[in-house]
Amino acid sequence: MKKTLFDKVWDSHVVQQVQDGPDILFIDRHMVHEVTSPVAFLGLKNRNIPVMYPERTFATADHNTPTINQHLPVQDPLSANQLKALEENATQHGISYWGLGHEKNGIVHVVGPEYGITQPGATIVCGDSHTSTHGAFGAIAFGIGTSEVEMVLSTQCIMQPKPKSMRININGELGKGVTSKDVALYIISRLSTSGATGYFVEYAGDVFTNMSMEGRMTVCNLSIEMGARGGMIAPDHKTFDYIQGREFTPTGANWDKAMTYWETLHTDAGANFDKEYHFDAAEIEPMITYGTNPGMGMGITNGIPTADAVEGGEATYKKSLAYMGYNEGEDMIGKPIDFVFLGSCTNGRIEDFRAFAEIIKGRKKADNVTAWLVPGSHKVLNAIKEEGILDQLHQAGFELREPGCSACLAMNDDKVPTGKYAVSTSNRNFEGRQGPGSRTLLASPIVAAAAAVTGKVTDPRTLL
Amino acid sequence: MAYDKFTVLTSTAVPLPIENVDTDQIIPARFLKATERKGFGDNLFRDWRYNQDNSPKEDFVLNNPTYSGKILVGGKNFGSGSSREHAAWSVYDYGFRCVVSSFFADIFKNNCLNIGVLPVQVSAAFLADIFAAIEADPSTELVIDLPEQSISISSTGASENFDINSYKKGNMTNGFDDIDYLLNIKDNIRDFADNTPL
Ligand code: SF4
Repeated sequence: MKKTLFDKVWDSHVVQQVQDGPDILFIDRHMVHEVTSPVAFLGLKNRNIPVMYPERTFATADHNTPTINQHLPVQDPLSANQLKALEENATQHGISYWGLGHEKNGIVHVVGPEYGITQPGATIVCGDSHTSTHGAFGAIAFGIGTSEVEMVLSTQCIMQPKPKSMRININGELGKGVTSKDVALYIISRLSTSGATGYFVEYAGDVFTNMSMEGRMTVCNLSIEMGARGGMIAPDHKTFDYIQGREFTPTGANWDKAMTYWETLHTDAGANFDKEYHFDAAEIEPMITYGTNPGMGMGITNGIPTADAVEGGEATYKKSLAYMGYNEGEDMIGKPIDFVFLGSCTNGRIEDFRAFAEIIKGRKKADNVTAWLVPGSHKVLNAIKEEGILDQLHQAGFELREPGCSACLAMNDDKVPTGKYAVSTSNRNFEGRQGPGSRTLLASPIVAAAAAVTGKVTDPRTLL
Repeated sequence: MAYDKFTVLTSTAVPLPIENVDTDQIIPARFLKATERKGFGDNLFRDWRYNQDNSPKEDFVLNNPTYSGKILVGGKNFGSGSSREHAAWSVYDYGFRCVVSSFFADIFKNNCLNIGVLPVQVSAAFLADIFAAIEADPSTELVIDLPEQSISISSTGASENFDINSYKKGNMTNGFDDIDYLLNIKDNIRDFADNTPL
């Protein structure tokens, strides 16, 4: 039978099927962070059971950590308590733990690939919905809830019905100033935030083949924002080049053995998908969101759609625009902004900082803008320094913070104040996501850079 | 964690006719700092329910004494966004045992099933009927019959069937969870693990 990439990886991980029920799926790698794990560890304690495979589990602190003065004790007692709980749990169960200040510390979905934990054909889960990021390597990766974290810790398995399959094809060439983030925001705007619910997505076509690994991670990361459980891209020479030589990547004979498996990881010609979309790369502009879900995005030079032009509830749409302080039909170009956030597991990798620097180089940060530039990990931070990007940032009046999730979910002190506008490279523009009352415009790193130097929404192509 | 068995639930319902209710609205991230599963009900819909000075917002449905009950009825695409199980916990801890909508986000739905909140997906038309019936008479009861997989509106007699996979249904009606099941097949899992390539 012809199989999809997804089928191949899924089917090879089914331990058994429950009659009239879900598949029992074996999990190769489990990433753990401080926010969604404490209650799971408590569950193990209550049941008096151990972690089944500590060597398949990796813990990092990222969601709830400060992004300045990480060498000092964490101020917020609740955050400090969560970090302590993770450290204790990891130590007690023999799990590798990359805590605050550790050289390998960073956002869970940034460090996984950096250290070769993320591998093609693997099943990877984490108690964070953007686990879909790891699909960029041809892995099946998805976010889980805390009960499931407990399940994986105790049995290395998860019970899931097999999702339906979807393929999104984009061929042609992307225009100037159009990045992987724009591709993802474009897809979500076409499918809506629930358009892929119940599906696992494969991205295919020239656009993804030509994308860097970082770009592929950005696209797969955002799969969840259209409701998909995850997204994946078939591994190719770029994937293998990226992972080779990393700490947890197999070596020698094990590498050869893994390669034999990895080379089978592509969708067979003629394999069937439950749903398939085709888009044209030339249609995609630099994107920006204007509302309170990631599906409310548009080409940056367009006007905000009118309620009658959008599908779904008019009342919900109007409530959303009212929250943003915008009106139907207005242009986004020229809208004043207050904050810029460059970072998160969506766009906090070195390529994103390079792209940001490309625009701000030789320019100055606008006086009305507060900018939070937060690397996804220490490895990214070091690269920013080594490549001279830090100097460029300083010359333009920007400062760099320390790694973490930061304003992506604003659990720490990096909160956008009520009513203020932030152009953010993260993944969610929900009401209050970046702080109570905050207003988020999602965009690519270069749109964020253009906003940072002009103090308003600006077409980055005019600065390239 | 074990939870109460779910068979037939008859209750008034709280209407929330908003679409795309995301997990950041259900429970904002700043309330995720606990290391125990306690007290999440107080922060359910925190920013819709309370002003920044912690005074209740009069116009939000949970602050309106006219509406109460163990069933929450939400608009399409309920629970989108984050994987935080805290969203399902806060729904449960507040006292809801069932959420009705015409469409649920995947992870939220799974999380609910794992902790004993029943997600009931109905047609868009039936959802509109429920909202209309509650608006006409807030004391209208809904009857959720899990063994029969049916939901009915007591005041109008209208009813509809809903889907749930039979394994999850068994768990809900018995108050079991997946870990109990998996711990029983640990030897099979170990054999499987010994033969995986990665
Ligand atoms: S950066 Fe945001 S989306 Fe990514 S792991 Fe952190 S909180 Fe989750």
